[in-house]
Amino acid sequence: MDDLVLARSLFGTTMGFHIIFATLGVGIPLMILCAELLFQKTKDPDYAVMAKRWTKGQAVLLGVAIPTGTIAGVQLSLLWPGFMEVIGRVMALPFQIEIYAFFIEALFMSIYVYAADRISPKMRIVSVSLVLFGATASAVLITNVHAFEGTPAGFRILNGEIVDVDPWAAFFNPSFLVSAGHVTVSAYMTGAFVIASIAAYKMIKNRKKERVYQFHRKALMISLVIGGVFSLLTALNGHESAQMLHEYQPEKLAAAEGLFETQDFAPLAIGGFTDRETQEIKYGIEVPWALSFLAGNSFDTEVVGLNDFPEEYWPPLFVHTLFNAMVLIGSSLIFLSMVGFAWHKILKKPHFPKPLLWLFVLSGPLSVLSIEFGWIFACTGRQPWVIYRLLKTEDVVTGSTQIGLLFILFSLIYVILGVAVVLVLRYYFKRHPVEDELTHSVDKKGEINV
Amino acid sequence: MSADSLLAITVLWGFVFIYAVMATMDFGAGFWSMVYINREKTNATNIANRYLSPTWEVTNVFIVAIVVALVSFFPGATFILGTVLLLPGSFILILLALRSGFLVFSHVAKDYEKALTYVSGISGFIIPALLMLVLPITHGGYIEQLNGVHQLQFGQLFTSPNSYAFMGFAITSTLFLSSLLLADYSNVADELDAYRIYRRDALILGPISIVMAFLIMFTLRTEANWLYTNMLEYLPFLIGSVLMFLLAGASLFLPSGRHKNRRGRPRLAVIAVTIQYLLASYAYGRAHLPYMIYPDVTIESGFTHPNTFRALIITYIVGFSILFPGFLLFWKLFMKDKRYLKQNES
Ligand code: HDD
Ligand code: HEM
Ligand code: HEM
Repeated sequence: MDDLVLARSLFGTTMGFHIIFATLGVGIPLMILCAELLFQKTKDPDYAVMAKRWTKGQAVLLGVAIPTGTIAGVQLSLLWPGFMEVIGRVMALPFQIEIYAFFIEALFMSIYVYAADRISPKMRIVSVSLVLFGATASAVLITNVHAFEGTPAGFRILNGEIVDVDPWAAFFNPSFLVSAGHVTVSAYMTGAFVIASIAAYKMIKNRKKERVYQFHRKALMISLVIGGVFSLLTALNGHESAQMLHEYQPEKLAAAEGLFETQDFAPLAIGGFTDRETQEIKYGIEVPWALSFLAGNSFDTEVVGLNDFPEEYWPPLFVHTLFNAMVLIGSSLIFLSMVGFAWHKILKKPHFPKPLLWLFVLSGPLSVLSIEFGWIFACTGRQPWVIYRLLKTEDVVTGSTQIGLLFILFSLIYVILGVAVVLVLRYYFKRHPVEDELTHSVDKKGEINV
Repeated sequence: MSADSLLAITVLWGFVFIYAVMATMDFGAGFWSMVYINREKTNATNIANRYLSPTWEVTNVFIVAIVVALVSFFPGATFILGTVLLLPGSFILILLALRSGFLVFSHVAKDYEKALTYVSGISGFIIPALLMLVLPITHGGYIEQLNGVHQLQFGQLFTSPNSYAFMGFAITSTLFLSSLLLADYSNVADELDAYRIYRRDALILGPISIVMAFLIMFTLRTEANWLYTNMLEYLPFLIGSVLMFLLAGASLFLPSGRHKNRRGRPRLAVIAVTIQYLLASYAYGRAHLPYMIYPDVTIESGFTHPNTFRALIITYIVGFSILFPGFLLFWKLFMKDKRYLKQNES
């Protein structure tokens, strides 16, 4: 394998691993905040217990999110020095501002975790809000760099020199708001469904213990509401992202849809695999006219096909499958959360049927999978460019040649950290079953100690 | 050297210094909590952990801040540094990841605390050594160009006595500074046993670290003479640094101001040692200029676009003024609040 492929595999693996913990680091603080607020509003100590347990889990997850993020940040310079050279000159602002976001997150996370018993409830809520703000801001800002890669702005390259730099124009590049919005709402959605998975699983295991079942049902309801709202927003905003691609990166949209010929009244292909030889989607379902409508809000919108571009600039065609999987998961989860909500709140049923609970259990892993699909689609679909139409990935890769060894070592570290984090979480929550805390919390009137 | 690039390198140097102090504390505390893990009575481990738990995340942000400041102020240096540091940088990252991960895990999984503490403790003192190795690499002499690609000559790097002097200095300074700071921390918390232990450790490690510092100068003369001669121009700073070291040592023997039966004023020692390192690293940093990587990259040749520089400086001012109250609150809650310092369980 050549060094470019190895470097891409290494960076992709790092990101694919970091993103799991990073996304939860954005999503779970929202859930903690909701639980804290509900506790202050209802004075129901169950919510305090939830906030406490989720915080503990989140603190453990940070033990992986932060080091892998540090790896990601440094690896950008180590593996793609040519890319970072351009970023440093033009797009340094989001990285720099992200530092402040990290500080906010780190300071207030420590305060929330280690000083919880010494600060007032109001200060606790302020602290979690700032944790949420810091984490969200870091996601938004790093996504901004990704947005810039797709829709570069704020500079020109003249005879190999970078000129006319306008860092704020680069910062507010055309796809910034749409992409950042999509990443944020999809992270909130994922945090909620991961909690839903755990709650539903515990409900299956504790059908007989009414008190515990009740506790987890409350958690499930919060996550279904948050998850439902944000999956809807994700889908709406995803639609905008697709329109953004239509405008700025037409070959990416064409690859996502498996569209070869430029046409108006273009059909939407759902599912299936793109076949390069016959230039069609195999085993998919075609919805006539729908793609044109999605891309431009009218059926006669002309959608550009892949054949309008030289084949060397085509993104890999498997992104069609990734894109469809992401959309399918997103749409199903909107539906699933509505069903769950209606079952308990409208039909007033206290117990959920087992198959439904198992579907909830699946929702968390499916959301995480969507995140992975979305990112691989977005990053791989940009190939061969690292900065769209300006800089090729092969031109920015490091000249060093020991990447194969590093790929093995880093993968090993991710396996170790991944296994360890699961074991530690299981260990902790086995040792501290929720039953204990439910009885404790009653006599302690909701004082939480983390 | 333009005023802009000088300001930029000063900011970068400031981050490096803050990180150096916080990280030595952090890594050292991890090491001591490993060493004293079996002394249940003395609370020395607890003290180290109490310091470590809330701070490691904040400390880690500084290392990211350094990388970001480097890339955004000196993108021209990124290419060579990124290429040359691929291997050492990656090893540091791997150890850092192991350490941070297992540090957090060890607080949660109490049964495995010992094993986990060993992982974080041992990686904790190797990391400073590797980090310090970046300095001799920037002195030139270990980088060669092959087919237009800059390559690090590991053979030369690891046979140079200068590299070992730097690594030895990194390790001993880490342990020295952290034991001193933990002495102060336990003094404030009125943990007398822990105070006695950490004061003793500081007294042993201080002289060793200063010997290492002299070894660095001694080997620098042959390995990077340009730097050595430049540094001698800042001799007053170096002498001041040694004086501060002596002051710190002396203040550990002064009678305590507030408590009759205690010896030493660790707070004064900490301040003196901080000034000691500040003076020495100023002399080193100043002598290093204008080179970032000798002789290929200067702070001029690697400097960012002026528009980007201006925008960055504005965010620095705005960012840190917003953050300042946060840092203050953090300091009050974890460094001064007796309720936190005196807890029995961290
Ligand atoms: C829970 C996760 C999740 C879900 C359910 C969806 N997405 Fe998504 N999507 C992401 C998570 C995500 C992501 C991982 O966050 C990406 C990767 C890059 C980005 O900006 O967001 C993404 C990228 C992404 C892009 C590419 C942006 C680019 O290349 O810059 C498009 C066009 C869509 N999405 C569209 C959709 C649509 C129409 C959805 C319909 C429901 C949808 N997404 C659901
Ligand atoms: C967090 C989730 C992300 C995942 C899972 C991810 C995944 C990947 C993958 C798989 C590649 C390799 C592309 C290929 O081999 O075809 C890649 C490349 C890359 N990504 Fe991402 N990425 C993520 C986020 C980001 C972000 C936020 C940025 C912006 C800073 C970014 C910048 C890059 C760069 C610079 C490359 C290398 C050059 C290239 O292949 O285009 N990635 N990423
Ligand atoms: C869109 C994908 C990403 C999201 C949602 C995301 C979000 C996060 C979050 C929530 C954290 C947790 C810790 C904290 O805030 O202190 C984190 C850590 C970190 N991330 Fe990511 N990140 C993403 C991609 C990246 C990429 C591409 C890089 C590299 C350029 C990166 C660099 C970092 C760094 C350096 C840290 C550690 C910060 C620290 O020391 O506290 N992230 N990220």
